[in-house]
Amino acid sequence: MKRTDTSDPGYYHRVVDCQWACPAHTDVPEYIRLIAQGHFNDAYMVNRESNVFPGILGRVCDRPCEPACRRGRVEDKPVAICRLKRVAADLRDDIADRLPRIPAAKNGKRIACVGAGPASLTVANDLMPLGYAVTIFEALEKPGGLMRSNIPSFRLPDKVLDGEIDMIVDMGVDLRLGQRIQSMRALLDEGWDAVFIGSGAPRGKDLKLPGREAAAANIHIGIDWLESVAFDHVERIGERVLIIGVGNTAMDCCRSSLRLGAHDVKVMARKPRAFFKASDWELEDAEEENVEIIVNHSPREFLIENGRLRGMLFDVMEYDLDERGRILDSRVTGERTIFCDDVVLAIGQDNACPWIERDLGIEFDQWDVPLVDETTFQATRPGVFFGGDSAFGPKNIIWAVEHGHQAAVSIHRHCQGEALEDRLPVTMNLSSRKMGIHEWAYANDYNSAERRLMPHVDLKERFRKLDIEVELGFSPEQAAYEVQRCLNCDVQTVFTDSLCIECDACIDICPTDCLTMTADGSEEELRGRLKAPADNPEQALFASAPLKYTGRLMIKDENLCVHCGLCAERCPTAAWDMQKSKFKFPYAVDEDEAWQSRKRQTA
Amino acid sequence: MSFMPKPRVAHPGLPRNELGLTRRDYEGGMSTLCAGCGHDSITASIIQACFELSIAPHRVAKVSGIGCSSKTPAYFLSASHGFNSVHGRMPAVATGANAANQDLHYIGVSGDGDSLSIGLGQFCHAMRRNLNMVYIIENNGVYGLTKGQFSASADVGSKAKKGERNEQPPIDPALTALTMGGTFVARSFSGDKAQLVPLIKAAMRHRGFALIDVLSPCVTFNDHEDSTKSYAFTRQHYQPAVHTDFVAPATEIMAEYEAGESIKVDLHDGSHIVLRKVSPDHDPTDRASAYAFLRKRQKAGEHVTGLLYVDGSEPDMHMLNHTVQVPLNRLEWDTLCPGSEGLGAILARYR
Repeated sequence: MKRTDTSDPGYYHRVVDCQWACPAHTDVPEYIRLIAQGHFNDAYMVNRESNVFPGILGRVCDRPCEPACRRGRVEDKPVAICRLKRVAADLRDDIADRLPRIPAAKNGKRIACVGAGPASLTVANDLMPLGYAVTIFEALEKPGGLMRSNIPSFRLPDKVLDGEIDMIVDMGVDLRLGQRIQSMRALLDEGWDAVFIGSGAPRGKDLKLPGREAAAANIHIGIDWLESVAFDHVERIGERVLIIGVGNTAMDCCRSSLRLGAHDVKVMARKPRAFFKASDWELEDAEEENVEIIVNHSPREFLIENGRLRGMLFDVMEYDLDERGRILDSRVTGERTIFCDDVVLAIGQDNACPWIERDLGIEFDQWDVPLVDETTFQATRPGVFFGGDSAFGPKNIIWAVEHGHQAAVSIHRHCQGEALEDRLPVTMNLSSRKMGIHEWAYANDYNSAERRLMPHVDLKERFRKLDIEVELGFSPEQAAYEVQRCLNCDVQTVFTDSLCIECDACIDICPTDCLTMTADGSEEELRGRLKAPADNPEQALFASAPLKYTGRLMIKDENLCVHCGLCAERCPTAAWDMQKSKFKFPYAVDEDEAWQSRKRQTA
Repeated sequence: MSFMPKPRVAHPGLPRNELGLTRRDYEGGMSTLCAGCGHDSITASIIQACFELSIAPHRVAKVSGIGCSSKTPAYFLSASHGFNSVHGRMPAVATGANAANQDLHYIGVSGDGDSLSIGLGQFCHAMRRNLNMVYIIENNGVYGLTKGQFSASADVGSKAKKGERNEQPPIDPALTALTMGGTFVARSFSGDKAQLVPLIKAAMRHRGFALIDVLSPCVTFNDHEDSTKSYAFTRQHYQPAVHTDFVAPATEIMAEYEAGESIKVDLHDGSHIVLRKVSPDHDPTDRASAYAFLRKRQKAGEHVTGLLYVDGSEPDMHMLNHTVQVPLNRLEWDTLCPGSEGLGAILARYR
């Protein structure tokens, strides 16, 4: 097996599962340690640097970090990473003095952003400190994009949303509310130095079935309906509601319905539970509120009586699955009528840019999706950038933030006349955590605490009003427990092969049998003959150079390492050391610093 | 030493043995030996062997004397019986325990100081009686606990950490065992679990005294250049003479062994050991030939390892003494106690 190149930041980055899974590379272990130490402001700032909206994301993030969390493989429940982020946001003091300073003298470059969602706001957040004049056009009366219009206020209170959006707008962004861009040509004619399009994926999918037109008054497109609810244009819904689809939008629709007068809400799924798109925790929250989720029902017809929606007719489905759970075949085994007063369609959404003229050099593919470079986020027309859901279709807030960061880098390079592709590389710093012979500058002992449960508002109380936030957030005491569950995966096990005397001490002590010294072989073959089976191909194997006495390799299966440091503690020659990895992901401000220093050197 | 115990968390895919236990269930307390001590690897090998044999931990008695090595029974099989005895007197305690209850597995852990200096007499007599036990000598050539003086197993010419040269000839535990009638004589190295674990398993199944002399480098006092028991020297002069495969009862011998090269040794419980010779001039079933071979290789400065001699047919202590075949704690009181009349009859024999 090839010797592992640990000087490549990618290797150790992958070990930090949460940070690797986070599109914005939030330094999770670092902020969890800061929370453990009670440094909530610092924890908030670590978050803000990468994900910009810690208070918002601490409530409604899709949390790709949690399914990735190593704790979930070692035990069964991951660290409550997302809700700890909320702890940092809830318990912080005023951090206004720690936000970047906005230069009084502008650099003369004007940037237009279309849509005031997370992507555009991130672009503004990154470019304002560099002296850019950023203008955001927003069709609605309030900023926030889908964070405002599609996420109900019982999950994300306005106060939190406003607070974090204001931090950016108060940098001096020219925010033009209620101003929908109708023509890209007209916008471009205004002579902006760059245009960023973060207008989301605003077109909810429709379900063209018999009866759709006749019952239109009681059939709602999910995302449009949520927007109407958010802006108080809709205040009631019928008593019996069917939600079609089981994504996260469906979860927001069913729970919103319960707060607008519905008593009997059913979520209708075409396929079995394993195929649901909604996150497990959103399904749990909906079911806690007595929403019924019905599987294997495929919509066939809207039933009309006296010109009004009366119910829906479904085909009852049966599926044949293979051993890996994939559908091999399906058939209709019967039909079922379910009566209802309203139907909400939550079966997906598309990005749509009807306002972009197709002769401007901005190319679209056969599905009418803009052609966007995956690294630079530039469209086929130089100076035009896409990000968020409008770039590659519906994803989530945290992806939109990362798109915004990358687009900001591109915009900066574009405005300075530099090639967009020559971006600064990701860099890594390793520093030992060794304090004494057996003392480490991190809590290395494995804490067997179980995941804390999020306290919720009482079931009766929460339906009283639409905007009663259901989740109460962790108390400082609960947070103090939860932080101890983090395994500190960023404190890396660093091996120096020339120091190893092959005494086996590390192998004997490792609680999860990650280590093996063995003869060389191909990775695939090695995985089968390690001390414990390395059966997770998603997780890397570390391989040392041949060891000096026997020529064997030190192999480490990263999969279940709990970073307890015992290998380093029992190593007589310090061949193993625990070193904290810190990654630097370059933002526009770093590009600017590098550019300034290049300019000084050539001068 | 580490200040935290080894976390209880384990690999979820850890295999379970016939008793439903994992290897982790055979562990003991956290080692307080120096980091990198060979003894810890031997501890791990004992754990592995007992796990693989599906031995119930409470059917094991661990006995030891004094020294670094004698601390180690605290680090394995925390659910078993144990006796940490006086320096060099572990064989006497083991003999007494075995006399009372021959159904337990006895694992004695000793060191070169404990067995070859202060306890040499005890060591020899236990072998002479063919006491049914596994006797592991964790052999590092120095008195580690008293800061590294030469022990009786130090080789001629080996140098102490501060440069002093050893001039006295060593006592070789394996040669001693061959002389004293040992019926299972093996040598191994703490850094070679592939060899050590099957040896411990075979020793556990051998009825009689099973000696395993394990070279176990002392990282603190005897792991320097010019030491003949360092990790480096042992690796360089390491000479496996026999490959030992332990085959459990009712297991087919699957591996193909070349005729003439392999010897099958039957054990009393139906299991057997398959020995594959590496050196053609060594016969592990012939005591005299084994002795001669060992002497020759010792002169050449080699650490010869493997199961060097085995004879499963010799009677053990209980057979030699015609003692009762069941543990004393399972005997009825009437049988166990001769009564006043019986005692009188016994005493009369000596009048």
